[in-house]
Amino acid sequence: MNKPARGSLLGIEHLEDKEILGLLKLARRMNPQKARPLLRNKRVVLLFYEASTRTRSSFEIAAKSLGAITTLVQSSGSSIEKGESLLDTGYTLRAVGADVIVIRHPAAGAPHLMAKHLDIPVINAGDGMHEHPSQALLDAFTILKHKKSFKGLQVAIIGDIFHSRVTRSNCHLLTRFGVKITLCGPPEFVPEVSAMLAPGLRVTRHIEDALRGTDVIMLLRLQTERLAGQKISLQDYIARYQMTGARLKLAKRDAIVMHPGPIIRGLELTAEVADGPQSVILDEVHNGVPTRMAILARALGKAK
Amino acid sequence: MLNAKNQKRETASLLIKGGYLIDPAGKINAAMDVLLRDGRVAEIALPNKVRGGADEKFDARGLIVAPGFIDLHVHLREPGQSYKETIATGTAAAAAGGFTSVCTMPNTLPVVDTEEWVAWLRDPERGAMVNVFPIAAATRSSRGATLTDFAALQRAGAVAVTDDGKPILDDEIMRAAMQLGAELNLPVVQHAEDTRLTEGCSMHEGRTSFRLGLRGMSDAAEANIVDRDVSLAQQIRESRLHVAHLSTADALKAVRRGKRAKARVTCEVTPHHFTLLDENVGEYDTNFKMNPPLRSAADREAILVALADGTVDAIATDHAPHATHEKEVEFERAAFGITGLETALALAITTLHRDHKIPLTRIVELFSAGPARVFDLRGRGSLAKGNFADVTIFDPKKRWTFEAAKSRSLSHNTPFDGWQFVGKVMATIVGGKIVYRAE
Repeated sequence: MNKPARGSLLGIEHLEDKEILGLLKLARRMNPQKARPLLRNKRVVLLFYEASTRTRSSFEIAAKSLGAITTLVQSSGSSIEKGESLLDTGYTLRAVGADVIVIRHPAAGAPHLMAKHLDIPVINAGDGMHEHPSQALLDAFTILKHKKSFKGLQVAIIGDIFHSRVTRSNCHLLTRFGVKITLCGPPEFVPEVSAMLAPGLRVTRHIEDALRGTDVIMLLRLQTERLAGQKISLQDYIARYQMTGARLKLAKRDAIVMHPGPIIRGLELTAEVADGPQSVILDEVHNGVPTRMAILARALGKAK
Repeated sequence: MLNAKNQKRETASLLIKGGYLIDPAGKINAAMDVLLRDGRVAEIALPNKVRGGADEKFDARGLIVAPGFIDLHVHLREPGQSYKETIATGTAAAAAGGFTSVCTMPNTLPVVDTEEWVAWLRDPERGAMVNVFPIAAATRSSRGATLTDFAALQRAGAVAVTDDGKPILDDEIMRAAMQLGAELNLPVVQHAEDTRLTEGCSMHEGRTSFRLGLRGMSDAAEANIVDRDVSLAQQIRESRLHVAHLSTADALKAVRRGKRAKARVTCEVTPHHFTLLDENVGEYDTNFKMNPPLRSAADREAILVALADGTVDAIATDHAPHATHEKEVEFERAAFGITGLETALALAITTLHRDHKIPLTRIVELFSAGPARVFDLRGRGSLAKGNFADVTIFDPKKRWTFEAAKSRSLSHNTPFDGWQFVGKVMATIVGGKIVYRAE
């Protein structure tokens, strides 16, 4: 077992502040329309064990914009279906000539396992309920486009915190730079222990309390497919936690509304909020490409 | 006993000279020489006062001489999974760890639920280096539905019954098992885990599981079952309950309640639970994944108190070997369990004695007299004259480094690779014969 190869991105938690700031700076300089072919002839393998629309297409476009060759390997239609282990899949892709592996996996820690055994960079595109570092970076990128700096910002994250790898990564990233975060939802989705993830976190059960004076509102989909037997009344959730136009007024007037997607209109938010002027949901998707260009450039040592 | 037959008697008598004898059951704590003859303890005497002659001598100067250690909880994987461990390799590891007797868990392939399998485990053909005491399944195929034939299993040599790994959740089945056990004076061992609450869980529920995005097992999943079982033990006269690998403060409370009420309730604790915490899982190190999982600091504190005050009856390893390909996978998919036979005494001396000032006498009791009482292993757990000549000799001060690669176990799934310890097994004697000697 070894240390992950240079350029790997396994999570936000163990990144240094200057690495985060460096990636954000690099992302700002990336333009998908006018990119230099920094990764010409490099092979980027996208290894996806879970469904994905945004992350997959955005990593692929990011890689191609930089001149790389991309290959998509999915669990269905590959030898993974036949029972090939994660490590053997990794060794195989390395032997095929992968220069970097971007992996999405339903098991927390899967990218870490691969990185311990491979000598090429591994990029975590979401591992179970653990982390989703590229999403946190693109969210930070988006916040900085709309707010001057992280200083003094208040963020409310509302919904299914427990199952959310996006939330874990965002909490690790934003609290580093002094952002105060309020986690909001029912105990099934927001256990008390959530507040211990990072300094500067607090938990509330009341959406009004979470929204008052907030600069950034992050909404989450209820991952009912991960509920493992627990039942929750959606009607009850909607009544107490759905983001509506009326509730949005409790936040600061220039507050932005974010959501990592996929959004379910009529559940965690109304169409009015999703399509409203304060929504930056599609901007996040848009910013995913330069952010992932930066991540890939760094992974392959082209972060100049 | 059976294995004694198998052992070629190279020497009929062995004199252990110059050592310091700790025999908690015999209330001996003094420099004593021990003479073993024909597989039994022949004489205990002050230094140089043994009268009989001996074919062989063991120089135990500077060492502790103790009744042979007994491990109440090991998985030797036979029948069925000899790629993980065999009785021969597992008992070789046991010998190297100072264990002269091991009690094997029945969750093999197939499950040990018949007299034939119990006899098979005890057959000299298996090549055991130490005594093997099988624990048989409590229900057929450990499916939790129909009790096995306890009486027949006991006659064949089973020392207890359990559905280890597949806890008996159904109240009526557990009650029936304890009732039948009571009639036969046979302990029922429970792996206490309400599996209805732990589906998909791979570690302890707490701050670390939340941080790692892993589903966690709550304290209640263990404590609820122990609580129910202790209540049954209080209700059913003469029933005997043994709580396996107890890991939470709440479960300890239930055991204390049972003991205060004079119910026949015993419990064991593993070296990893008294040494490590959930946060030691680090970044998904599967060598720290076992069931019950590593718990919180508060749970460990409670366990340390209970080890010192006598609530815990035995230290047991839950030695659970697994092949590399079963551990080098995603954390959530990795097999539960770690090896433990060769590090148990070193962890006890390092963690309990050096760090927490628990006396060596108490540690020896937890490895010998305690476990012998739990399963009524007559003639063992003490070096009284006439008892079996099972002896563990160790150096409580020796420093050494454990290397997993040099383990005698077929598997190397241990969290303690490279750990520096104080306290080392120097020799293990089974039935009067030296089966392990440190270089």
